[in-house]
Amino acid sequence: MSSVQIRDVRKSFGNFEVLHGVSIPIEDGQFVVLVGPSGCGKSTLLRMLAGLENITSGTISIGDRVVNNVQPKERDIAMVFQNYALYPHMTVGENMGFSLKLRNAGSDEINKRVKRAAEILALTPLLERYPRQLSGGQRQRVAMGRAIVRDPQVFLFDEPLSNLDAKLRVAMRTEIKELHQRLKTTTVYVTHDQIEAMTMADKIVVMHDGIVEQMGTPLELYDKPENQFVAGFIGSPAMNFLKGHVRVNGVATFEGPNGVKLPLRNAPAGSDGKPVVYGVRPEHFTIADDGADAEIVVVEPTGSETQVFAKVGGEQVVAVFRERHQFNPGDKVKLKPDPALVHLFDEATGKRM
Amino acid sequence: MAVMAEPVAAQVKRSSLWSRAFESRNFLGAMFMVPAIAILILFLAYPLLLGLWLGMTDTKIGGVGRYIGFANFVSLAKDSVFWLSVFNTIFYTVAASVVKFAIGLYLALLLNERLPFKSMIRAIVLLPFVVPTVLSAIAFWWIYDSQFSIISWVLIKAGLITHYIDFLGDPWNARWSVVVANIWRGVPFVAITLLAGLQTISPSLYEAANLDGATNLQRFRHITLPMLSPIIAVVMTFSVLMTFTDFQLIYTITRGGPINATHLMATLSFQRAITGGNLGEGAAISNAMIPFLVAAILLSFFGLQRSRWQQGGRD
Repeated sequence: MSSVQIRDVRKSFGNFEVLHGVSIPIEDGQFVVLVGPSGCGKSTLLRMLAGLENITSGTISIGDRVVNNVQPKERDIAMVFQNYALYPHMTVGENMGFSLKLRNAGSDEINKRVKRAAEILALTPLLERYPRQLSGGQRQRVAMGRAIVRDPQVFLFDEPLSNLDAKLRVAMRTEIKELHQRLKTTTVYVTHDQIEAMTMADKIVVMHDGIVEQMGTPLELYDKPENQFVAGFIGSPAMNFLKGHVRVNGVATFEGPNGVKLPLRNAPAGSDGKPVVYGVRPEHFTIADDGADAEIVVVEPTGSETQVFAKVGGEQVVAVFRERHQFNPGDKVKLKPDPALVHLFDEATGKRM
Repeated sequence: MAVMAEPVAAQVKRSSLWSRAFESRNFLGAMFMVPAIAILILFLAYPLLLGLWLGMTDTKIGGVGRYIGFANFVSLAKDSVFWLSVFNTIFYTVAASVVKFAIGLYLALLLNERLPFKSMIRAIVLLPFVVPTVLSAIAFWWIYDSQFSIISWVLIKAGLITHYIDFLGDPWNARWSVVVANIWRGVPFVAITLLAGLQTISPSLYEAANLDGATNLQRFRHITLPMLSPIIAVVMTFSVLMTFTDFQLIYTITRGGPINATHLMATLSFQRAITGGNLGEGAAISNAMIPFLVAAILLSFFGLQRSRWQQGGRD
């Protein structure tokens, strides 16, 4: 186990810079999730950490050692690939023991460690099978087994669940988190799925266009997104954004499109009349008499909750209710955001106000 | 009306017979197989059976032969030239195939790396395969010529030898010379096919092996070689079959000489059957190749049997 320090790392392919100076401190034993839309550079960063891509500038250290020029096999890390990258001509047991065999470990030692990892992952009955004979979830577990057997300083996961069906993904999510709680190995996990990030991470790093937008615990990112990108990326369904102005006239209000007035708890200093983006999460709407006029467009019940798409001031917003309202398309309702949970962003910079 | 109705009914009945035939899976299946069966019978089964039959007759060109059983084979068994051609064929096949495999694999691995001018190099590698065999054979004939050989000329100019090398006049020189010509011609097929095989291996396997701590040599031994083995089996089977039955190169460069030192079974068969007119004996020599070819095919059949890891979901 080791800490990992990523300091001002840049990566260029030719003249095209994909990472513009990324710094991420990772503590020993932490589960860090790099999350962002595709093309944000998260996988490239992970591959640089593994040593599969060169570092253009900046430093990456594992423990106390700067690994910029250290060969992948000497970095003492294990990686789980998106396509699992299991060796098709080796059995499950051979796949898991391959790295030990390459290090000339004795066969007793290999057997012992493979067996232990197989027990942790419930793979014992499958040890003699070939990867082709396994289901997606089983292959995923073998890929993790291959990583566990080595007992490395750091685990790297590159979108490991994206090839699984939705139900299995949820199950494997829990399994990986449980595994981390048990082994406490420093883990860096790359995903584009913010739910995976929220449910598994000790620390989430939101990346976008080659920079870090925000780092923090899942709830910090949910409660206090530093900018509009993070606010829109974290949370499902995504946060609603309405453009308008702050009006301080005794009481602070937000004046949105077509004169819609929405409540603010307090106006940030000097924000009177400023163009802002008003952000409210779907789950922070209530039906109240003093709410804004809204017209229901679509109602999507999921059983545990109901998603309601409605027009407020001509803009479509989505609201989620735990309670079962009887809504029909075309109904007029009054939607009220909870002023304490509303986010305001500077329209020009996207920064939180 | 009644008069009109009669022929219409008959027509309906006839067309329904046709359409019923064409809707029947068995009938349609048989129809679709007819062209393939005809081609196989005409161009494969008939010549093969005719060859087998001729080998058991004393047919001469222009005459009708009698059935003489295994007499041709009995006389061949006592024929030292026949046994020399068997030795030559096996030597030619083994020597050429081993070297073709080694060079072909080396080139394939090289071309699979990131190289400058890669597509141009690939095109050049394919060149020997594209040139008509007889044309390249004539080129080799000149290269090996006793008076105009460019190899001898270069070596003499470099001061390495004092006399022109007699490439095609000495039995062992001649054998190695035709082997080299065959290698030159056969390497592209092996190289390009193995390259195609290499490109089906997922790069992430190499990355995983790299992280697992494998050196370059270990990656070749534990990833490349096992993943490539099914393709190696196919390529080498084809290469062995094509080399064993080679005719054009030998016939153009040496015609089997000197003193039968480079006669392969195929060239000897042609010489006895067509040049010498003894169709029966020539056919018998060709038929004598069959056991060797069957052995080669069986070997690769067992080699080719899909390994357990290649088989799908079943246990």
